[in-house]
This record gives sequence, structure tokens and C-alpha cells, in this order.
Amino acid sequence: MIGILNKFIAKVFRDIFRRRTHLKLGLYGPPNGGKTTLANRITEDWIGEKMGTVSNIPHETREIVVKEQVNIRSGKKELSFNLVDTPGIATKIDYEDFVKAGLSVKKSKKRAKEATKGVIDAIKWLDEMDVVVIVLDATQDPYSQVNITIMGNMQARDTPVLVVANKMDLKKADIKKVQAAFPQYDVVGISAKYGNNIDKFYEALFTVVG
Amino acid sequence: MLTLQFIPYSDIEGVPLEQKIKKILGIVKEDKIIVMEGRLKKSEETELIKATMERIDNNFKGIEVSVIYPENRGDNLGRTLKNSLIGVLLGERQGLTVIGPATLIKEIKKDPDKIQLFAKEKKSKRKR
Repeated sequence: MIGILNKFIAKVFRDIFRRRTHLKLGLYGPPNGGKTTLANRITEDWIGEKMGTVSNIPHETREIVVKEQVNIRSGKKELSFNLVDTPGIATKIDYEDFVKAGLSVKKSKKRAKEATKGVIDAIKWLDEMDVVVIVLDATQDPYSQVNITIMGNMQARDTPVLVVANKMDLKKADIKKVQAAFPQYDVVGISAKYGNNIDKFYEALFTVVG
Repeated sequence: MLTLQFIPYSDIEGVPLEQKIKKILGIVKEDKIIVMEGRLKKSEETELIKATMERIDNNFKGIEVSVIYPENRGDNLGRTLKNSLIGVLLGERQGLTVIGPATLIKEIKKDPDKIQLFAKEKKSKRKR
């Protein structure tokens, strides 16, 4: 009962806060899901500049990156938010994976250390988010515990969530698997890299924010 | 050789989170795979991930974790009500959690009512 009351009070305060200032919209998900590619797509579409660098080697984003005051429109509706690109959340980080990807041992160890710190920061920032977009690689198994943990945390906080099934331009991509894994959420299939279906993403964002 | 260690829910019930995480990661760092009755709360899962990240070094590469839990699928009202009631009564005692060292476990697949654990050392897969 106390838990329900606490949730209600938190929601009321969050709603008041939302109306007064910019929303914090966080891009979350496992490494290499395409969070930064989507962040770049959003900022290029609406501000005309990129937000971060993209790489095939996992954990390219190892620090929280915030782009303030991003204004987007869909039809007559307008939405203003601070876009937060976060490091990919993982339960394991092996520097040898970076060595295999072509980095030197020294650089790989440094990257692994920074990546662990990035995961911790990304989790800490969960508390700050008003809306979360979970960016998943639609070619991968959606039932990973990291995905379930992030979504469970958002559900417990009563934070609105939009699930993006990214990399839909690839043959192996399967949005149905993502939808089946998370039936309680809106899932929109896109290719952040090529901008496919990005208008649907913006529409879905307006729906989720409400 | 893989070693599985079973943790009954009674061993973690009421234990402070810090101690719970210390116990779990202590076992995992001994290269054992934990099969735990019940599950952690979602907030505890994120704390486990944070604590894992803090401990990663050249030898400890992290963990693989998977939770199997009877979800409400909403396809049958009777079953949904029954599961909800069981959930209220049993809380986090429901389900099963598998946690192991990333150096031993290649992958844990959840599909979603079964867990498949693929160990790095064995060619054949072990199923739970």
C-alpha cells in the first residue's frame, strides 16, 4: 500500500516537473544496438549536427552524452527534451574482445576499464530519466537479461518506455521476436543508420510521452 | 568440470543487498555456477550489474545471468488471476535465477520458458 502511494506521489511530482522543464529522454540498451546512431539521426534531423561517434567495436560510447534542448515535431505536436545517449549496459566486459577487434592490448584494457565505468554511470542515470527509449539490435536475441532488467526497472519507476527494434535494414532482423519478448510496450522497427521508418519512431515517441 | 551451487531462497531472504551481492559474486568468482531459487528484485539486479562492473579486472570478466519467471501472458483470465495471486503470496520466491562467470559461460538463452546454458568448455549444451 505504501509502495503504491509512493509511486503515485512520484508520478504526480514527475508530471509537474515534466510540464515545467525539458524532459530527459534516455537512449538505453545493450552495446552495439545503435543508440548513438539513433542519437545522431535525431540530432541531425532536428539540430543539424551529430551527437557522437559510431563504431563496430562494442562500447564506443563510454560516457554519458547529453544534447540539450532538442525540439521535434510530428504534425502539429511539438516536443522538447534533453537527449541523453548512454553507454551500453552489459554484465560482462572482456578486454580480449577488443584485442580481437583489432585494438592494442593497452588500448583494449583502457577501453574495458572505461566501459565498466560507463555501465555504472548509465545505471545511475536511470533515476534521472523521464522517458526511456530502449534501442535493441533486431537481429539479436531480445530475451537477454540486461534488456529485461532495464525494462523491469523502468516499469518499477513507472517511466514511459518505447522499444526500438533497430537495424531493420538487415535480413536477419525480426521485429516480431522483439514484440513477442516485450508485449507490454510499443515497439517500432527502424533503421537508424538509413533513416528507414524514422517518422514512425517520432510518432511513437509522441504517443509514449502522451 | 562445471560446478553448480544451489542457493535456496531462505539463504537470501531478508539478507541486506550488499551481503547478498557479495555472496553471489564470491561464489561466481570461484568459477561456480549459481542456481538460485527465486529472483532478485529489479533494483537489486541493477545493483548486481554495478557491483560486477566494479570488480572486473584482467581475470574476472563479468557474469552471465538469466531469470526464468512465470509471466502473466494475459491470454487466459483465470491463469492471469491465479499467477497474480501466487505472485502476491510468494513475491520474489517464484522463479529460478542462473548466474555464472562469463569466462565459463558462453551464453544463456531464454526462450522464454526455458533457460539454455551454453558452457565454453563443453561442446554439447547443458539445458535447464
